Amino acid sequence: MNQTPPTHPRADGAGRRIVAEAHGIRKRYGPTVALDDVRIAVRAGESHALVGRNGAGKSTLVAILTGLQRPDRGVVLFDGEPAPGLADREAWQRRVACVYQQSTIIPELTVAENLYVNRQPTVRGRVISWRRMRAAARELLDEWGVEVDETVPAGGLTVEDAKMVEIARSISRGTRFIILDEPTAQLDSRAIDRLFTHVRRLQRAGITFLYISHHLEEVYAVCQVVTVLRDAHWITTAPVGELGRSELVQAMTGERGAGAVPGFGVIRSRPADDAPVAVRVDRLSGPHFTEVGFTVRSGETVGLTGLAGSGSRQVAEAVAGLYRPDSGRIEVLGRPTRPGSVASALAAGVGCVPRDRHHEGLVPELSVAENASMTIMDRLGRLGVISRRARDAFARRTITGLDITTDGPAQPVKDLSGGNQQKVVMGRALANDPGVLVLINPTAGVDVKSKRALLAVVDRARAAGRAAIVVSDELADLRTCDRVLVMFNGSLAAEYSVGWTDEELVASIEGVGTGHE
Amino acid sequence: MNDTAPNGPTPGGGPDLAVRRPVRAIALGRIRDLALLPAVLLLLVIGAVSNESFLERDNLLNVLSASSALGLLVLAEAVILISGKIDLSLESIAGLAPALGFMAVIPAASAGFGSELPSWFGLLIIPLAGALIGVVNGLLIVKLQLNGFIVTLAMNIVLRGVLVGMVSGKTLFEAPAAFFALGSENWLGVPVSVWVTGACFAVAGWALHYHRLGRAVYAVGGNAPAARAAGIRADRVAWGVLVIGGTLAALAGLVIAGRVGAINANQGQDLIFTVFAAAVIGGISLNGGKGSLAGALLGVLLLGMLENLLTLAQVSSFWIQAIYGAIILVALMIARLTTGEGQE
Repeated sequence: MNQTPPTHPRADGAGRRIVAEAHGIRKRYGPTVALDDVRIAVRAGESHALVGRNGAGKSTLVAILTGLQRPDRGVVLFDGEPAPGLADREAWQRRVACVYQQSTIIPELTVAENLYVNRQPTVRGRVISWRRMRAAARELLDEWGVEVDETVPAGGLTVEDAKMVEIARSISRGTRFIILDEPTAQLDSRAIDRLFTHVRRLQRAGITFLYISHHLEEVYAVCQVVTVLRDAHWITTAPVGELGRSELVQAMTGERGAGAVPGFGVIRSRPADDAPVAVRVDRLSGPHFTEVGFTVRSGETVGLTGLAGSGSRQVAEAVAGLYRPDSGRIEVLGRPTRPGSVASALAAGVGCVPRDRHHEGLVPELSVAENASMTIMDRLGRLGVISRRARDAFARRTITGLDITTDGPAQPVKDLSGGNQQKVVMGRALANDPGVLVLINPTAGVDVKSKRALLAVVDRARAAGRAAIVVSDELADLRTCDRVLVMFNGSLAAEYSVGWTDEELVASIEGVGTGHE
Repeated sequence: MNDTAPNGPTPGGGPDLAVRRPVRAIALGRIRDLALLPAVLLLLVIGAVSNESFLERDNLLNVLSASSALGLLVLAEAVILISGKIDLSLESIAGLAPALGFMAVIPAASAGFGSELPSWFGLLIIPLAGALIGVVNGLLIVKLQLNGFIVTLAMNIVLRGVLVGMVSGKTLFEAPAAFFALGSENWLGVPVSVWVTGACFAVAGWALHYHRLGRAVYAVGGNAPAARAAGIRADRVAWGVLVIGGTLAALAGLVIAGRVGAINANQGQDLIFTVFAAAVIGGISLNGGKGSLAGALLGVLLLGMLENLLTLAQVSSFWIQAIYGAIILVALMIARLTTGEGQE
């Protein structure tokens, strides 16, 4: 795995044909300037990273490069030719394809039919030939090395295989330029490695990628060139080898030293051994884990990590009452909680940031104030009548405390950017002044700056004497923890205290012992 | 990608997407609630111009009292829809529940059960029957996790069938006066049914806005897993809403019986389509979590005035249905244009 791609010397790369190019791009939505004099040039056979904070203009640029939006000014060229008209969708599809975070696979149909949806091979004019469709699908998948069965329903594929099917579908339509929009958002690190292996192979076979990601590690792992946008402007384009991590973060945030994670490198005073035990998990078993036991003291932050199927998330969800274990015992601040009951966990003093803000975190139509106060509605007035003044006052404190960018408590939460939405979820977790915080992927899909703000909350929680369980597979999140517990195949596999190295932790997560590469 | 309104510098720094349309975001909520107001006003003007008796007090009261049964049913359906559920059986509850109450009280000679229970008991049976049917619907939908559309569709057919079987072609009318009071008496010059419907809307509207249970209905309809993660007992909320809906439908049935002065096996039949039309043109989303009772009430008033106008204009009764349906479609289009948002 993890083999480095053939390096592309800069001189070589600079001489290559430019597959897709945009320059002088300007786009406004009403008074908001989404892009201002932005340029990008993607050369044949390279993987080009496009990075920037939420709201920097990445999505708008992708919409323009895929012909979904027309720029107010500037030109888009493919292979030196002007882009086709917006109405000519087929011409666009031959030049560029975008694999979005949201899957466009139809789960009930087979892989073969997904590949040829709405252009099924036919016999005698209009009759669909299933045999020819399967044969064509097999040939396409073999040619590009996608190892999936063309006859199975696509819904049963792993996320990374489904992405590969989407990529193969784009290739079969004739495009050799593919935009990957945060392709790793729902993948664990092993699946990410597999996806990267595929991407590198396709790249060697002549496919050009524009790669959009929040994870800078990925940029260094797969891309050769990076373009940075900030506040609707083009900042820089450079070979990744010439741009260090801190310089890249600086280009994205416009701040010096923004790469430093709060608390990283600082030797924290460990919580006193006589600090009260805030969470005691004892011989907890369920469909996703067996005999898990650990304790977290007040004022201590414990990371819990593992591959997607390791059960780490489910253990944390059990503590928050979101997951019902079969047996075992969970005590919060000395009191046992009822298994699988959110209400019981809340009453015991657990605040939770659930795994996915869209799924379990937020009610999009409701306001910032309502979402943030959802767990404490009973405390905002007598007999269940909600005092608007109390709620808004609470919401304002949350907005100020977490630095949420919003018009005010009444704004529907769906209108907020991803990072600010996640802060609202964090506000909800803190609403009941919990003694225990359970944070599941607290920084997933948010920009660098929001990430720092969210991790700062963990530090403040520690200072306030709260216990915290942080479930994450991002090393930056885990670095803020006093201890890291690693789960593998449903059991606790290892424990690390401050001072672990990336290599040993990743090796432990992957279950390859403590050896190094 | 609809950043339109001006925005000032933000403390977070940078033109963050979060500051999109600050003014419109708030205004839009209001507009969606009152999207039908122009249509209702237009209808008032048309009515006033085309028929001098339209704006008379008696006629307007007539519109209100004729709409009150529909209003109670729309109120029930609106709350159920906001919670993310659906109930197609309300129209049959409106037929069966009052019939049960009637038949428990009236003598066998007048097509009753022959039990001849006291009036108060018969009156009590009616809302209880509605609530009980709501409990059964909840059991099937919430506990057994069956599809709500098909469960309540089947329930609708079953309840109608039970009513037809019970009544077996007769008409129930010889009931004590108390049974007809809700649909026929006046209080302070205004029909009791209008007072009751108005009070129900006021209480429910207030609770949906200011009580945590009401906000829980919106949260569950908007995103049930998120509501659950916040400690809201989503299943209980959905169940409770179905029970309240059944009770309100039974009450609506009593209003209809009082207006007509009798109950037959057809009571409430096909009314559910009008109920959905009123709720949806009033801005209630079929996907849950969206809409307000103010909007639903405007939907009821619009349809009530429409029916009244068509009758006053002496449109041939053979054509009234086609025109009624066409105007509902137009009202939907007007609501779509006023809000600028698609209806799901």
